[in-house]
Amino acid sequence: MDALKLFTDVFGAAFFFALGFVFLWWVAMPPLFIPWMRSDREAWERWGSWSTLLLAGVVAMYYGVRYFIQLPSWLSGDLLLVGGLGGVTFLLVRAASSERWERALRRFRGDRLGLAALSVVCLYIFVGALETFRLPMGEFGAEKSLLDLIVQKIPNERSYSAPLASKLLNDTSAEPTPLNSNFHLLGTEQLGKDVFVETLKGCRTALILGGLTSAIYIPLGALMGLLGGYFRKWVDDLVQYLYSVLASVPEILLLVSIMFVQGQNRNLLGMSIALGVTGWVGLCRLVRGETMRQSERTYVTAARSIGQSHWQIMMRHLLPNVMHLVLINFVLGFSSIVLTEAVLSYLGVGCPVGTASWGLMIDSGRSELSRDPVVWWNLTAAAVALFGLVLALNLLGDSLRRAFDPKRS
Amino acid sequence: MFTYLIRRLLYAIPILLGVILLTFLLFRVVNTPAQQAINALGQKSSMAARDEWIKTRGLDQPLTAQFRVHVWRMATFNFEPSETSKRPMGEVFRQGVVPSLCVTFPGFVLGFIISLTLSLYQVFARHSAADRGITVLCIMMMSVPTVVYIIFGQAVLALGSNWFPVSGFQPGLGAIRFLLLPVAIMAIINLGYDARMFRAIFLEEIAQDYVRTAYAKGLPATKVLSRHVLKNGMIALITLVVGQLPKLIMGTLLIESFFGIPGIGNVLVQAIQTGDQPAVMACAYLGALLYILALTLTDILYAVADPRIRLS
Repeated sequence: MDALKLFTDVFGAAFFFALGFVFLWWVAMPPLFIPWMRSDREAWERWGSWSTLLLAGVVAMYYGVRYFIQLPSWLSGDLLLVGGLGGVTFLLVRAASSERWERALRRFRGDRLGLAALSVVCLYIFVGALETFRLPMGEFGAEKSLLDLIVQKIPNERSYSAPLASKLLNDTSAEPTPLNSNFHLLGTEQLGKDVFVETLKGCRTALILGGLTSAIYIPLGALMGLLGGYFRKWVDDLVQYLYSVLASVPEILLLVSIMFVQGQNRNLLGMSIALGVTGWVGLCRLVRGETMRQSERTYVTAARSIGQSHWQIMMRHLLPNVMHLVLINFVLGFSSIVLTEAVLSYLGVGCPVGTASWGLMIDSGRSELSRDPVVWWNLTAAAVALFGLVLALNLLGDSLRRAFDPKRS
Repeated sequence: MFTYLIRRLLYAIPILLGVILLTFLLFRVVNTPAQQAINALGQKSSMAARDEWIKTRGLDQPLTAQFRVHVWRMATFNFEPSETSKRPMGEVFRQGVVPSLCVTFPGFVLGFIISLTLSLYQVFARHSAADRGITVLCIMMMSVPTVVYIIFGQAVLALGSNWFPVSGFQPGLGAIRFLLLPVAIMAIINLGYDARMFRAIFLEEIAQDYVRTAYAKGLPATKVLSRHVLKNGMIALITLVVGQLPKLIMGTLLIESFFGIPGIGNVLVQAIQTGDQPAVMACAYLGALLYILALTLTDILYAVADPRIRLS
């Protein structure tokens, strides 16, 4: 059993490492770096599609085995995340073979601000990945993430210490106790955990939440938009009705209600379902409008005249032509998800207590401000980390939009 | 005009029914009655207490009967009383409306004016370094979580420098002292997003032919902007602003609970934290109702303001 577990974990680690830049690899590599693939677009398409499918299959098997055996519920967050992101990657790769994407890619490569934002996002993904890989290296086979292994020299204190301090903060004895280590770069929080490490761990929560939510709302929104925009008539009426009802409840109220109903059982998965249910409306509107415009074009008529089915037309022809909207919406939506998490955590319906999340860190910092001396580092570290990620995502989304549509910037 | 009015109002009815159904699904169907009782009374409550709780709320009835009661309650605004304070929700809302509006409305107007000025300046100096700088600044402002704005304002401006009271509220003119900081934060929260959107709208307007005509007949740029571009962009602007209303609600929620202003947002936050289901449901429903009303009203106002919008 242990051998199997070790195998699956190492495999999982390798996969997650791969996921981050393979994503870029498939999308960016062929047209940029491999000359023979640049001219042979079909080879690229085959490469992208088949390798994604193969990987998705293997990953599904891996997680299937792992979760059927070890967890009672197969519907785990990680499985959904991987499945969903695999799907999104697959769609992106298929869409990316069009001329519009190649042009956008060329333009994006000249955008220094966008590239800087992309590398910041990749940095966050890297840190999040470090926290995701778990190896049974702790005592009694307990799982430890790579981040844990890296920072295991930093011990817990008994209470606060200020950033870079060498003594406990609220120790009033004549000879204050020195810290277990002098390595608390950003000090420690009320339970004595290192703030810097907590902040790094928050990356994973934010990314998992954003990834899961995107995996839920992007297929939903894109499909609904395509259906409504392509079929028109009663299908469109139905889609429009659905999203008008959802959009007419102000987003935060709907979110709060869904989280509230989950009561004490809420977890990251429940939260991303709530965010996904409220989030698909914007994407659906965009995709629906663009699909309506696109389905008037002659290539759709041509496809229909050679006998392609509705499904084929939607997936082969319309979807690639609206995919850039999805990509931009994905990036910008990710940033608003991360922001919303902080609000929900403050309202008390966010991440379960004990998760390393920036929202919870900000929330806990709130009650500490009235202390003397003011305990600001917990709050500030989380806020700065969150700000960095959201800013990078916003800038990235912005330059993607510019790359796809240079005249409307 | 009259037929348009009627049609637009009729269009709101199915949406409203959808919202009622949505609240019913969320608050009555997703959780079993036993689960609802546990959520309301806590894990340690006795079985008898839970049964009692279920029976008094009629949750043991079949779903169809419950739905009938639910629709009737929503349609007549006869909400169940709050679980914690036992007061009827109508009274709670009536008391909360004035303080809520005291924060939201001035903050909203102030934010609108600032972002309008900012975006008009950007359009005036388009594609210059100042324009780009403001755009980046706006993106940065969008990236700061609302909570951080509030905490920063409270910590630095109220606690640190004692310029403003930390929290609290009092009726009458004395409220102004307490409202200054919340209103300022309210104005800042959506500033980045609004300014960017307004700029996009104005840029689209400025590419129109009538702007070129205005320049050609010798109008100075400031006049073109204020007379023509601003006026024509106003319609798109108002849609956008109405679309922003839900974000305003989020701001109110956070600001009211941080600054201890006894408004509706505060009611909701407390209801969430004490597990007060009827209050949460009533807030969600009323929020949706007000939003639908606002959307309908803007649509009607369009038809009044812009003769190009055909009444068919």
